[in-house]
Amino acid sequence: MLLFTEARRAARTIIALVATLANLLVALALAYIASDAVPSIWPDGIAVYPLGGWQAPFGIVLVLDRLSALMLVLNAVLALTSLIYALARWRKAGPHFQSLFQFLIMGVNGAFLTGDLFNLFVFVEVLLAASYGLLLHGLGEPRVKAGLHYIAINLAGSFVFLIGVSLIYGVTGTLNMADVAARASLLTEDERILFETGIAILGSAFLLKAGAWPLNFWLPPAYGTAAPPVAAIFSIMTKVGIYALLRLGSLLAGASGASVPAPFNDGWLFGIGIVTLVLGTAGILTASQPQRLVAYCVIASAGTLLAALGFGGTAMKGAALYYLTSSVLATGAFFMLCEMIDRTRQTGEDIPLEMMEPVGQEPVDADFTDDVVGIVIPAAMAFLGMGFLACALLVAGLPPLSGFIAKFLILSATLTDTAPGPVPVTVWVLWTSVLGSSLIAIIALCRMGILLFWSSDEIMIPRLHLVEAAPVAVLLLLSVALAIETGPAMDYLNLAGNSLSSPQIYIDAVLSGNRPSGPLPAPSIPMEGIRQ
Amino acid sequence: MEAIYALAIGVLTASGVWLVLRPRTFQVIMGLSLLSYAVNLFIFGMGRLMIGGAPIIETVAQADPALYDDPVPQALVLTAIVIGFAMTALFLVVLLASRGLTGNDHVDGDPEA
Repeated sequence: MLLFTEARRAARTIIALVATLANLLVALALAYIASDAVPSIWPDGIAVYPLGGWQAPFGIVLVLDRLSALMLVLNAVLALTSLIYALARWRKAGPHFQSLFQFLIMGVNGAFLTGDLFNLFVFVEVLLAASYGLLLHGLGEPRVKAGLHYIAINLAGSFVFLIGVSLIYGVTGTLNMADVAARASLLTEDERILFETGIAILGSAFLLKAGAWPLNFWLPPAYGTAAPPVAAIFSIMTKVGIYALLRLGSLLAGASGASVPAPFNDGWLFGIGIVTLVLGTAGILTASQPQRLVAYCVIASAGTLLAALGFGGTAMKGAALYYLTSSVLATGAFFMLCEMIDRTRQTGEDIPLEMMEPVGQEPVDADFTDDVVGIVIPAAMAFLGMGFLACALLVAGLPPLSGFIAKFLILSATLTDTAPGPVPVTVWVLWTSVLGSSLIAIIALCRMGILLFWSSDEIMIPRLHLVEAAPVAVLLLLSVALAIETGPAMDYLNLAGNSLSSPQIYIDAVLSGNRPSGPLPAPSIPMEGIRQ
Repeated sequence: MEAIYALAIGVLTASGVWLVLRPRTFQVIMGLSLLSYAVNLFIFGMGRLMIGGAPIIETVAQADPALYDDPVPQALVLTAIVIGFAMTALFLVVLLASRGLTGNDHVDGDPEA
């Protein structure tokens, strides 16, 4: 894709669409096989692919289990929808949008698949490098300012990551995650101190990526100013940090026998999560721009996730994964919707687009419903209003959409896991902060909705293209489907949660070089970006 | 040798952190470069310091691993150097863009803020 000149847009677009679609199909196939649908291929839903044929722990392995398959599918769905959204105008706002976008997808996929700490660093750097370019996409002063901060904090974070990784290597002599976990219990007292230091340093780097307090002040400006399709795909990037915390935390918990080192153990995650949730909610209340409001919603959802994961328990893991899926879909749709809503206002036109003319698609507002008695609401406004309502319901967690079910599952999991008797303090804290943040989110979103749709005099009927409206509609319909099909979805997510609770299976699968007996689809995913 | 090595890493890290916290973008980029040197030395040191040891083990004779250097940190440090260098170059471009757009070299784009 880099080889084509800028003029050959059609060729680039077709390659990008085909690659992203193929990525989605492969991810769906992997998730299908990893669930217990075909138990003969991958026992326990874990597939290990040794790169270059070197067995773990000597070579780098790619490991696919149910959790990473779920994350791959989420990433692929989000990538396809935001790419289609970007086709309308954003891809023209600067050079190399398509190539950077594919690199970002490759980095995220790789980070979800790798079973090696240093390889994780490399994939995280790949996705960060692409995200730097994408964040600056379209330029403009606020983007460059936010980009400067974003790059500086992430460079510093990468160095912290490297120090952590090399300390762990120095102590255990291995970089393979499963091997690190297996050797953690064999360390002497002195080595154990160094090891826990390394894990703590590594954990802070993950928390930085996950957008956890106090390392998340870079997030609102960066996500709030990025081009909307970019911001939509960024909403999976914070989940890379959460995935890494979850993966390594689960491995360390199962193998070491002793307590899990600092930021991975339940108390720390719970505390950090609650503070992040509270501050993210405060941010939602203060945000005056729709896109910035969604950025704070991302922080609040990261906080809820960390708190839920820190609460512990197997039922909670499945519920938290459900919440993760629902919130990624919701914030992704919300970011794209915000940009369309922005077009109804004359103010806030700080987006210097080179070309604003439509690309020839049928505008949605062509079919005015002007035979209805009463005030005529153009279809475009009706769509925006309904979309905003749906996103608000999803983020705040009101019925009937999946946001409600997600929060309900988290709250009910707190009760199923605790022993009978007086309710522990942590349950109270979690209930108050999750419900309180929902209430505040409803208030803030209602206010924003009233300001945007009802109380502005000079509202302009926006021109929406089908390719812009369709991705948002697809993401919202997916969350409706998620709400309807909660039963099957929870079956899968509980399986994923269970395998996180029994990491010994993962360790054994990786270290025994458990090669899948079927054809090997695993490497096709990270290769996709390279092939462009 | 270990003491000098550790001191060098410490001095580099301390100066790097101090510079990163300064308000001018040029100081920040110098600080990030110093930090990356410190981190690269740190990774290198994690593979045990040794003078004159080859990183490749002869498999023909029964070799004693204690006589050889650890090749893995050398590979890691190479990757880390490349990535760190590329990122610093990218940061430099953004720094110049920010200087051009805001007209000054403050990290927030506004020296009064």
